[in-house]
Amino acid sequence: MAERAEPTELTRMTATGIAGLVAAGEVSAVEVARAHLDRIAATDQRVHAFLQVDTEGATAAAAAVDAARAAGAPLSPLAGVPVAVKDVFATRGLPTTCGSKILEGWRPPYDATTVARLRAAGLVVLGKTNMDEFAMGSSTEYSAYGPTRNPWDLARIPGGSGGGSSASLAAFQAPLAIGSDTGGSIRQPGAVTGTVGVKPTYGGTSRYGLVAFSSSLDTPGPCARTVADAAALHAVIAGHDPGDSTSIPQPVPDVVAAAARGATGDLAGVRLGLVRELAGEGAEPGVMAAFREAVDALTKLGAEVVEVSCPHFGYALPAYYLIAPSECSSNLARFDGVRYGLRTGDDGTRALEEVMSLTREAGFGPEVKRRIMLGTYALSSGYYDAYYGQAQKVRTLIARDFTAAFAQADALISPTTPFVAFRFGERTADPYQMYLADLYTIPANLAGTPAISVPCGLSGGMPVGLQVMAPAMADDRMYRVAAALESVLPAPAPPQL
Amino acid sequence: MSHQTDRPPAAGISRAEVAHLARLARLAVTEAELDTFAGQLDVILQAVARVGEVAAGDIPPTSHAVPLTNVLREDEPIQCLPRDEALAGAPDTVEGRFRVPRILSDEEDPG
Repeated sequence: MAERAEPTELTRMTATGIAGLVAAGEVSAVEVARAHLDRIAATDQRVHAFLQVDTEGATAAAAAVDAARAAGAPLSPLAGVPVAVKDVFATRGLPTTCGSKILEGWRPPYDATTVARLRAAGLVVLGKTNMDEFAMGSSTEYSAYGPTRNPWDLARIPGGSGGGSSASLAAFQAPLAIGSDTGGSIRQPGAVTGTVGVKPTYGGTSRYGLVAFSSSLDTPGPCARTVADAAALHAVIAGHDPGDSTSIPQPVPDVVAAAARGATGDLAGVRLGLVRELAGEGAEPGVMAAFREAVDALTKLGAEVVEVSCPHFGYALPAYYLIAPSECSSNLARFDGVRYGLRTGDDGTRALEEVMSLTREAGFGPEVKRRIMLGTYALSSGYYDAYYGQAQKVRTLIARDFTAAFAQADALISPTTPFVAFRFGERTADPYQMYLADLYTIPANLAGTPAISVPCGLSGGMPVGLQVMAPAMADDRMYRVAAALESVLPAPAPPQL
Repeated sequence: MSHQTDRPPAAGISRAEVAHLARLARLAVTEAELDTFAGQLDVILQAVARVGEVAAGDIPPTSHAVPLTNVLREDEPIQCLPRDEALAGAPDTVEGRFRVPRILSDEEDPG
């Protein structure tokens, strides 16, 4: 038996709590960074949340915060707080693999906007977290570097694709993490690890430097152990970026104030829509039981819960698995063994096209290959209208369903996932079984609307998440509801590792 | 691969079609992979073909959730990536450029 690793007081704290101590000079940012680096060293052999730990960079960043404080410079609200970053974001000089062999050892020459904003706000980047290859998967089992294990039960998946980020929170290795959500890759790992995961409004956070999987869906977002911490991180990374042409040139909703308001536990006057199509079908009884208890709690806080219908949500999963692979087949064409990453078979006798095919065959894992071929099929002449074109029309109908539902309710609620964390190997034989993990999270991606997953109890000892969905650029609404639920239903503490 | 237009997407996918897709996608898949992928893609395609059940004839397609068009930034010169840094991650370079394998195969090479 491995020795139990007790998290220290510092690693148990919230991000805002840590920032307060650092600002008051009661603890140095370097001490905070060291506590988390020690925790990673003590636990990550078992969890495998990190692909890369940047001890040197984290220590230097923390020392810079301490120096700024000593010099009397004003500190940002999260200065000195450690953060783990999903390995799909470009980090200058720090290896960025996207969980793929094709990018093994690649060191980006620039920072993603999200990462640049973290650094500018004095957050301390601990390292890069594990993920399904190119963010395609729901379990981290498709990482080329081996899966991450769920701190709640090391025999189970931590969700995906951003399983490393969420597991690092549940393992108290980091108080904050960054993820990217294309079909649920922040929310589903949040739900199954008992942590908070947020997909902001599409265009509310910048995609610059986020390695593209499905450009019309990919959304960077915050991961945390509390709603208030997620809101504080949201405020750091959100906002218009000229480097992303799909970035929305509008002010960011005040999510920090909304979370604080929600934490008072008052939801009087708030109308919540329970989405009929996202409750019941394919869901485990234990998940539905925890969800219903949370709905009762929301009602007791003063919210009015009404049932709404989104008749096309039943087609969201099929539409997504045409749109996302189509965009992926185009985006991943850039991995051709010329400008970065792997090159295989270039022995001087082979022509470019053959080297390219051998490189991609050697560098991509099975799920990425499946999606590239699926997308190639959906976009091919003769099939385009029936597959990709039809999926885009269904996307319009799903967005209209949201509009109609938001005319009846301020925010919508559902379970985040149909089932709790499953065991390794349970869903890899039939790839479509894996896709079902995203059944409830995908509609928000297709419509570009924001959604949050907040813990809502346990089923069979494993965490369950409740999803709150809001209209585009009304991210504050979902933070208020999630914080209110958290105030009466605190996230259960994960077992000791 | 057959190329009839607007064929209802209910038919399965053959091993030969998967081989064709792999060529289009520049993936040198193995024979064993062809067997596995053909079966798996068949299952996935049958599941996603359900989009065809939706009556959406006159519905406009959505390619993007954010209705922004012609987004341009100010025409101001900014620092660009230095050449050496841009080349630093490349598998092979020559004289400050990316080196690529030859473009033409033996049959195509005019000599």
